[in-house]
Amino acid sequence: MKQITAMIRPSKVDAVKTALVEIGVIGMTVSEVRGFGQQKGQVERYRGNEYKVDFISKSKVVLVVTDDKVTAAIEAISKAARTGEIGDGKIFVTPVEQAIRIRTGESGDMAL
Amino acid sequence: MAGGGKTPFATFDLVRERVLAGVQEPQMRRYALVLLATGAGLLPLMAGAAHAALPKAQTDGADTLLMLMGSALVLLMTPGLAFFYGGFTRAKNVLNTMMMSFFLMGLIGVLWVVIGYSLSFDLGFNSPFIGGLGQMMLNGVGGELGDAPLADGFNISATSFALFQGMFAIITPALISGALVERINFKAWFWFSLLWSLFVYCPLCHMVWGGGYIGPFGTIGALDFAGGTVVHISAGVAALVSAAIVGPRSTYPDNQRPPHNVPFILLGAGLLWFGWFGFNGASYFAAKGAGLSFLTTTASASAALLTWCMIEWFVDGKPTAVGAATGAVAGLVGITPAAGFVYMGPALVIGAASATACLIAVRIKASIKFDDSLDAFMVHGIGGTVGALLTGLLAAPALVPADYFPKSAEILAKGGNIAMLGAQFQAVVFTYGFVGIATLVILLIVKATVGLRVSEQDEERGLDFVAHGEEAYDPMNG
Repeated sequence: MKQITAMIRPSKVDAVKTALVEIGVIGMTVSEVRGFGQQKGQVERYRGNEYKVDFISKSKVVLVVTDDKVTAAIEAISKAARTGEIGDGKIFVTPVEQAIRIRTGESGDMAL
Repeated sequence: MAGGGKTPFATFDLVRERVLAGVQEPQMRRYALVLLATGAGLLPLMAGAAHAALPKAQTDGADTLLMLMGSALVLLMTPGLAFFYGGFTRAKNVLNTMMMSFFLMGLIGVLWVVIGYSLSFDLGFNSPFIGGLGQMMLNGVGGELGDAPLADGFNISATSFALFQGMFAIITPALISGALVERINFKAWFWFSLLWSLFVYCPLCHMVWGGGYIGPFGTIGALDFAGGTVVHISAGVAALVSAAIVGPRSTYPDNQRPPHNVPFILLGAGLLWFGWFGFNGASYFAAKGAGLSFLTTTASASAALLTWCMIEWFVDGKPTAVGAATGAVAGLVGITPAAGFVYMGPALVIGAASATACLIAVRIKASIKFDDSLDAFMVHGIGGTVGALLTGLLAAPALVPADYFPKSAEILAKGGNIAMLGAQFQAVVFTYGFVGIATLVILLIVKATVGLRVSEQDEERGLDFVAHGEEAYDPMNG
């Protein structure tokens, strides 16, 4: 089991969800977050005053998949979230020790 | 009366004795002489204004309805202003910012009925600088049934006039709040707006519209259709002085934040524009002719919005929503003193000129790092000043009839628009001086008694919670 954490553009959330569902992923969690990477924020201007907005809005998609689906999931996310411009985001993969479905008590791959 | 006892008079006598003792000193005596001489010089001015003979008229239903509708429109400007200002601040200060305007619908609303109207429009003191106490609680205003006309020559009821003027009294101190948001103590704001309304707004209102020193019946004879001096220059100058005395926010200029809600700013500006039809439009006092003041008002706002956005487009590359809102307000401020005295060409010119001047002022302010937080002086002070001066330069003599504006009509007939510009300039300088000094005194009194600012920790926590125990955006689901 691996956890995939993808930081993506908020406008790409729907496309990423659709792509993941197509390869058989059945659940994920999305949250609105702020942050910066190479994009390094943006400059906004109000009444002629310039403001450097360091932390810009991103969406964080978190999902846990069985090991055999990791490569497909990464490909699906990358393809759906890519515009080619700086600021497309990043994907992190981490190992998951255990997963339990609360309702039934099932664990491991069965719980996903 | 002076016979001891714990009466207010005893205190007064004590103060008087101290002052008299001081006058024995040669230095003090010299000051006292200078004061006395100045007083004597002012005496002829105190004699009260001679009103031209106007025909007796019945109260007219349509004209009075214009005033009632106008009052409702102007009232809506105060919550509009609350949204306009509220959008600019940080999310943690939006309620406090909006309350600084909204609360005055309570405080000044009561004050106006109790004493404000009387100080502005009663003639009891027979002075060109302040009204009187004869119409406290609006006693006698509008006669027994409340339908008597305001005065000879006016077809509107006195009650509708008192109501209409009250709405102006509410929004004027609210405008000042833009300079002080995110750091002023709400208790200080309570006392400041109360004292400022009594000792700056009411006298100025009397001087301009109550037949006093500045206005068309007075010594200067300046024109102010709907409040260029009374409302905008006075609020603007008060904003400038108070921003200087209260000092910048602890986060200024290093940690500035962009406006937390730009749609609020647009909503507020839209409500202000809508309400300004009452503010300027209904100031015509006659339904038949009010189309002119409605038209000049909206034409100026349109020209100003367009001008502000075009300048941004050329200079910065993009027209902004905040710029469109600010430009519209600048144009509305600019046309305020002129709305019933000019035709369309000048109205467009006033709008474009106000927007340009305010935009330059806003940018200068930003570059010298002066924390008039929401540009209250830069928009109302500068816009009001440009409007007041251009009113002199562009007023059409046909729109300044001698029976309603005797001194101004005389100036226009004798010296033309250049002489009128002179009178407007005098009125502007007088207003800057009077408002500047009086505001300073009030601020120092409030500073010495209740203090002006919240602590730096409270500023950091956010004034919504600190001052009101509330938060605008659900903290449980934040």
